[in-house]
Amino acid sequence: METKNNPPILSGLTKRIIPCLDIKDGRTVKGIHFEQIRDAGDPVELGAFYAQQGADELVFLDITATVEKRKTFKELANRIAQHINIPFTVGGGVSSIDDASILLHNGADKVSVNTAAFKQPDLITQLANEFGSQFVVLAIDTKQEADGQWYVYLNGGRTKTAMLCMEWAQQAYNAGAGEILLTSMNNDGTKKGFALDITKQLSTALPIPVIASGGGGTMQHFEAVFNHAHADAALAASIFHFKEMGIPDLKKYLKSCNIPIRL
Amino acid sequence: MKVVIIEYNAGNIQSVRYALERIGIETILSNDHATILSADKIIFPGVGEASSAMKSLQQNNLHLLIPKLKQPVLGICVGMQLLCKYSEEHNTTCLGVFDEPVKKFEIDAMLKIPQVGWNTIYHLSSQLMRDVPEESYCYFVHSYYVPHNQYAIAITNYIQPYASAIHKNNFYGVQFHAEKSAQIGEKILKNFIAL
Repeated sequence: METKNNPPILSGLTKRIIPCLDIKDGRTVKGIHFEQIRDAGDPVELGAFYAQQGADELVFLDITATVEKRKTFKELANRIAQHINIPFTVGGGVSSIDDASILLHNGADKVSVNTAAFKQPDLITQLANEFGSQFVVLAIDTKQEADGQWYVYLNGGRTKTAMLCMEWAQQAYNAGAGEILLTSMNNDGTKKGFALDITKQLSTALPIPVIASGGGGTMQHFEAVFNHAHADAALAASIFHFKEMGIPDLKKYLKSCNIPIRL
Repeated sequence: MKVVIIEYNAGNIQSVRYALERIGIETILSNDHATILSADKIIFPGVGEASSAMKSLQQNNLHLLIPKLKQPVLGICVGMQLLCKYSEEHNTTCLGVFDEPVKKFEIDAMLKIPQVGWNTIYHLSSQLMRDVPEESYCYFVHSYYVPHNQYAIAITNYIQPYASAIHKNNFYGVQFHAEKSAQIGEKILKNFIAL
């Protein structure tokens, strides 16, 4: 904590706002019509629109479950890299060095790993050694149970594990993860705010950035996750896709709350 | 205009190619000395770790070629760091174009390492920064930095003020990813191409 004796923090680094796009068979799953773009179902067009609106990064999560997946992944990463001038992460079923290498060589800035990394923690180390920690985002889906503890869930939230969220995050950091994308299943879809307690626990305990996800419904929720939970970035999907909140308005509001934001 | 991107084991080169395509510039990816020497502009990208990047350059004797280039050269991220004299990352001797060290960010209780995200550049000078407004935002991902020095043409604050862009003769370096820095990055790439 800051005391009178500490010098002020010297940093111009801003907090990041990250729209997340779910992709199936090369098309965005959620999303309604925007006047400014012709085809909101095209991930590249929607992503470019968000970039132009001031999004700081984009996350593309591929939920395609077919054998064609690797091919659509590759083509998608390539098209995004071609058309979008801000950094992006691709995730959803990345389970090997080969998967990651294909994405990297097609222009992805980062990959996110989840279930596969939990099942073979060596994957994080291998990815970090091969491509650098900055390339490796560990996604954690977590849920607070009746005992008050936050547990790790796998397979898109369908499979419970006995692992505590904080413990897994620490292990993943030690293994070489460069960022944590933390989704609270209790909050996701509620629009009642981010899970401030677990976000704060991870964010203050780990020396790597934490992206908070799940529950952002109002601009005040974003203010709280930055100011009170010390998140480095906040991710949301439907509130942006359904035009409930504009990125320029959100960023102006956060700036007015003295949060460092890129305008 | 012939623009060559130096090819070596340097991570995400595709993004640099596409960024130049978006501003209407076709590029050639090459590690061939004659091709590089015949270029009008040379881009020296880099993502990853300094010592393995240097080893990769040495495999093709690119470490001997690069410091002798006479055309405008733009080092990006680790590319800029490799143009310096020495990096604390695995105690790596670099190319020595800039007689400056590359240091690791000191652990700071309040700030995370690597620096990931958008930060401002200020005290801008040189043709590379022509018409780039002071305090423009650029995208950074790095754990090592070049301290403020006589060659600085941009400064950024993270833990301390440091050189986020440098210039000496025909050599330029930017610590941020110009290829991922939205319109400002495109402006800087355009300025480089126009040198």
